[in-house]
Amino acid sequence: MAELMKKTKKANKKNLGGYAQLLVPLLSILLIVVFNLFRDPSFFSVTTTTNNLGNTVLAGNLISILNSASELAIIAMGMTLVTAACGGQDISVGALATIAGSVFVKILRGGEITIGSIVVGFLACCAVAMLFGAFNGTLVSVFRIQPMIATLVLFTCGRSIAYWINGGATPTISSPLITALGSFIPGCPIPTPIIIVAVMAVLLALLFRFTTLGLYTQTVGVNQRAARLNGISPLVMKLVSFMLLGVCCAVAGCIGVSRLSLINHETMLLEIEMDAILAVAIGGNALGGGKFKVSGSVLGAYAIQALTTTLYAMKVPSTDVKAYKAVVIILIVIISSPVVKQAASRLWAKTRRLTAAKAGKEVSA
Amino acid sequence: MQGDIVLTMRGICKAFPGVRALHNVDFTLRAGEVHALMGENGAGKSTLIKVLTGVYGKDAGVISIGGREVAIRSPQEAQKAGISTVYQEITLCPNLTVAENMFIGRDNSILVPWRKRAKRAGEILSGLGIPARPNQQLGSCSLAVQQMVAIARAVDMDCKVLILDEPTSSLDDKEVEMLFGLMRDLKARGVGIIFVTHFLEQVYAVSDRITVLRNGELVGEYEVEHLPQVELVAKMMGKELQGLSELQRDDGPEDEDSVPVYEAEQLASSSGIAPFNFAIRKGEVNGFTGLLGSGRSESVRAIFGADRVSGGTVHMDGKTVRIRSPKQAMKHGIGYLPEDRKDDGIIADLSVRENIILAMQVMRGFFRPISRAEQEKFADEYIRALEIKTASAETPVGSLSGGNQQKVILARWLLTHPDYLILDEPTRGIDVGTKTEIQRLVRKLAEEGMSVTFISSEIEEMLRTCSRLIVMRDRRIVGQLRGSELTQDNVMRTIAGGEG
Repeated sequence: MAELMKKTKKANKKNLGGYAQLLVPLLSILLIVVFNLFRDPSFFSVTTTTNNLGNTVLAGNLISILNSASELAIIAMGMTLVTAACGGQDISVGALATIAGSVFVKILRGGEITIGSIVVGFLACCAVAMLFGAFNGTLVSVFRIQPMIATLVLFTCGRSIAYWINGGATPTISSPLITALGSFIPGCPIPTPIIIVAVMAVLLALLFRFTTLGLYTQTVGVNQRAARLNGISPLVMKLVSFMLLGVCCAVAGCIGVSRLSLINHETMLLEIEMDAILAVAIGGNALGGGKFKVSGSVLGAYAIQALTTTLYAMKVPSTDVKAYKAVVIILIVIISSPVVKQAASRLWAKTRRLTAAKAGKEVSA
Repeated sequence: MQGDIVLTMRGICKAFPGVRALHNVDFTLRAGEVHALMGENGAGKSTLIKVLTGVYGKDAGVISIGGREVAIRSPQEAQKAGISTVYQEITLCPNLTVAENMFIGRDNSILVPWRKRAKRAGEILSGLGIPARPNQQLGSCSLAVQQMVAIARAVDMDCKVLILDEPTSSLDDKEVEMLFGLMRDLKARGVGIIFVTHFLEQVYAVSDRITVLRNGELVGEYEVEHLPQVELVAKMMGKELQGLSELQRDDGPEDEDSVPVYEAEQLASSSGIAPFNFAIRKGEVNGFTGLLGSGRSESVRAIFGADRVSGGTVHMDGKTVRIRSPKQAMKHGIGYLPEDRKDDGIIADLSVRENIILAMQVMRGFFRPISRAEQEKFADEYIRALEIKTASAETPVGSLSGGNQQKVILARWLLTHPDYLILDEPTRGIDVGTKTEIQRLVRKLAEEGMSVTFISSEIEEMLRTCSRLIVMRDRRIVGQLRGSELTQDNVMRTIAGGEG
């Protein structure tokens, strides 16, 4: 009997593996879903409509959640890496995404908008964002400044820099190509930002599959000194994480610009840094660095957006949304706190023991 | 010069879960003496000091000061009883002035007569001959002066017992001399000084009496004149001197025809050890020995590039190579199991599997990850070969016992098939069974052609495992022993130095 229990325990551990940390984000999403289904059973129904360009596209709250969370999901991916490697967070992501978007707009306004110029613009804003990421990363890794303080610099001045790049208050870029990027590609019913998130996820998965980025980042995050003694440079890994976050910001910036066909330096992706950090936390990643799961953060991003969309659907005035959001977030954060987790696992072990004892009794009887 | 007894500790016992840190220890301090407290790692020096200063409570025993029994329950009470401690790391505030540091926290009046205090501080400093001005920022003084300011502060608080815990570790020779001057001065004023250090020569330079602890027990109290260095070493290590065979210092016949696997000339690093020469041949097991803090770990860290290498040339298999970082060392086939398993060795949150493949993965390179299937194969292979006790390869290594963690790190390096493996204290804090397993493994690896440098605090273990010992004292190499010279007596004599 004891042998058997040991075995099942072992198997259980193996099955859950690193996926146990996805429990909280999944639970939060489930909570919001169930709540909505009770409130309005048709909340998640997906319909097809014809948009004003004559395309048949998918519509509904589910699509809207997935679509609106795109920038957040992408930035949360990069934020996870920075958090894991440095044990701290980048609060300049909104500003950096705006700078990247501004570079994108600047290049596209320089001539006729073609697929070629979009690619050039995208690559240019990726390069600029990586440069700024390297700046943040250098402050953190070389000068050992706390990530939040180091990125405070760009957080403060980023939107001004974005403004200088273009001059005008809200420069516009209008082209069917940009509309396709920001909403729908003709003939495809899925909003383009959702596709971009999927592409980013696949790229990141490939990066983890074909490089040792994951192992090295976690090693540096858990034990810097040991990492160095095993030939891994903590400095380089931190720098890399910030540069990758830069790329994520660039992609998010391009999506943000394309949605509106214009850039508003003051309001674009405002306060997204806080949501991104929250997504990482809800995703079950330790904010002190170390082991991480990007999928957790992405789920966290969708949970946050689902919450926001739900509140809007409930006709909560936009001025009040943040307050309601805060209440739910407190709940989620408490659920994922170590105190609750320990209590839950104790309870879990107890019920398992009880059921095992019961089963044992039945067998002996 | 030496006066009445100021402090007695009788029958002090202190246990931590699973460890008996102090057992029935006595300690006596007289006014106006410097009393060295000696012992190897885990002897109980720090615990005794912490009991005395109220950091730890004692399980049993009596502490009396000036003949009256006292209860010391906190560092504040220790201070009130006249016991002051100056630690190796300065615990003052570097951004305040010298005078402020001397008086801060000593009374709680809101209105502070700083001018008066600066004057008083000036008097104390000049009285003790400490080269610091009262209004100078403490951080701008040298470490030695900062330490002396800390001492001055303690003295002004009317302390009868001054504890100096490893005060000379980060000082150079001239600064040490300065500190000794101050210690002699205080001695003359009747302060009793407890001097904790691991530098033998310094003990003999200033101390009047020595108390030796070993494994939490009192070995004895001795007059310095009556305890030659070699006997002190023997007492610290718990060995008896047998016979008085003549110490040979020459290196003996060298195996000249084989080229060393690794050879360093005048290797120097940022850790403050003297530049040294060192070589190891194929299939050789040698070791660095010496007391704690003698520079044995620092030497191997320099070899592996773990500390900043500041000079010297290195040849491997006869070719000149450049090893400035752990990664370069790994590329040249060197593996290094660090002394500090927890901080330098394991990646606690990661799995046994990931910990085992880490070094091999780094050598393969960033863009050539080892496939999951291969990783599992390697992990299973070494878990079986080294009999690592773990629930599975996916268990976080931090939840394993110390000995099994050590085996995981060993597996990490064995997997890279190094030509030269450095093991710094591989057997510390692990059970006897695992210890012998590791010793046997080292022997086997050497027979298979691997060169191994082995460091251990336990002298028998070194003698059993190594065919050549490099002896260190006070951060320099002071001798080499090989073949028939490898006896406990010889090792201890060489550690202790010429006389005796």
